[in-house]
Amino acid sequence: MVMVPVTDVSSRANKTDTWRTQKPVIDYDACIRCMICWKFCPDDSIAYSTDGNFPAPNDRIAKLEAPVIDYDYCKGCGVCANECPENCIELIKEEVE
Amino acid sequence: MNRTVQKYNTIMTGNEAVAVGVKLSRVRFISAYPITPQTTIVEKLAQMVADRELNSRYVEVESEHSAMASVMASELTGIRSYTATSSHGLLYMHEMLHWVAGQRLPVVMSVVNRAIGPPWNIWSDQSDTMSQKDTGWMQVYCESNQEALDTIIMGYKIAENSDILLPLMSMEDAFVLSHTTEPVNIPEQKVVDDFLPELDLSFRIDTDRPMGYGSYSPPDGPFMELKKDMHDSMEKSRKVIRKVTEEFAEATGRDYSGLVEEYLMDDAEYALIASGSLASTGKYVVQKMREKGLKVGLLRIRFFRPFPGEEIRKAVKGLKGVGVIDRSLAFGEKGNTYLEVAGSLYGKRDTPLYGFVAGLGGRDVKIEDFEEMMSIMKNREPGSYWINVRGGE
Repeated sequence: MVMVPVTDVSSRANKTDTWRTQKPVIDYDACIRCMICWKFCPDDSIAYSTDGNFPAPNDRIAKLEAPVIDYDYCKGCGVCANECPENCIELIKEEVE
Repeated sequence: MNRTVQKYNTIMTGNEAVAVGVKLSRVRFISAYPITPQTTIVEKLAQMVADRELNSRYVEVESEHSAMASVMASELTGIRSYTATSSHGLLYMHEMLHWVAGQRLPVVMSVVNRAIGPPWNIWSDQSDTMSQKDTGWMQVYCESNQEALDTIIMGYKIAENSDILLPLMSMEDAFVLSHTTEPVNIPEQKVVDDFLPELDLSFRIDTDRPMGYGSYSPPDGPFMELKKDMHDSMEKSRKVIRKVTEEFAEATGRDYSGLVEEYLMDDAEYALIASGSLASTGKYVVQKMREKGLKVGLLRIRFFRPFPGEEIRKAVKGLKGVGVIDRSLAFGEKGNTYLEVAGSLYGKRDTPLYGFVAGLGGRDVKIEDFEEMMSIMKNREPGSYWINVRGGE
């Protein structure tokens, strides 16, 4: 057998949260669930959530799936904030304790 | 003598023969960008796919870099994949050639050897593939349309061997093979199926078992060991190549005798070393010279990677002179084949060695040019000489 540059673990093993200098935060009261942030995230760090416990601008939107940022892998590139048509993703300075 | 030889031959160009070889190898993914003189290979394959004669996905891309990238992706899913190119197209792929070899993907690619500009020139010259000799790909230089067809089939078998898993490029000379018709014997599909089993890539992408591909290695990681393993496989491939050519000879009756072909070498005093279709002219000249009583032989290099150093050392033992013909050169040094031959003889053989740079940009290498090479070998000091160039050697 030959040696192959394939690793037994997926890239999930490499958390990239410490790469972040700014952290995107979604204002769910303004988010219309268009999922444009999910579509544009270059690192697949935004997921759909169906648990339904997020604030929403109205009852109809509250029933839709909401975008959730995975802060273990988000590198803070800011693409989501830039693309958000409602301007409801804010980049805040990352604080390390 | 065997069950496989067709009663008749088909007249076809080298590029058509290659396309037939790809079809017989049951390639499932083809991606390419057209460039003269490769175009008619992928044109023919696109037609076969459109006519449902070949059950394969054909993807036209915007560049050769993308062609090789998409072939890499498809091969990683465990699908037998193919592309073809020439000249500037091959150079545009350069980065991806390293990626495919480093990822250990047994892709087979055809390259129709064509000169590199400037000035623009579409004719035969090996500068394109010689500049890719260190990418981890095996390299085969074909002499005939028949060999071009057969090498695709043998190529997949060699590349897909579980001890090798390295890609292979098979070369044809521009126009001399690619666009010239010759009688070609097409093996029956059943013979090829028996000879070439389906690809079973153990590390293929599998969504049920996610793995990290193309990930990163720091200096203390496995980087250096992975490169040594590629080299070890290239070394081991010599044995596999000899075995596969033997098996192919059993299946089809056509024997390509491993990494090199010896022509009238048994009692030779002088030898020429050549590759590609230049070897055909060389063989003719060798015959003519033997009629005049001069004991000359010819060694045709089929595989340039892995380099057949052992075969060359054995063949040149005791010869009065060896002339290496190159259709490319390392500027400021000598012909590429000359350098490799010299490297494999150093410290082991003191055979007088001559290098001949000839036929660049498709300039014809004629019978009288071969005669001049022979005359240099008999009358002048060993070294590197230019053949048929205006303004002197």
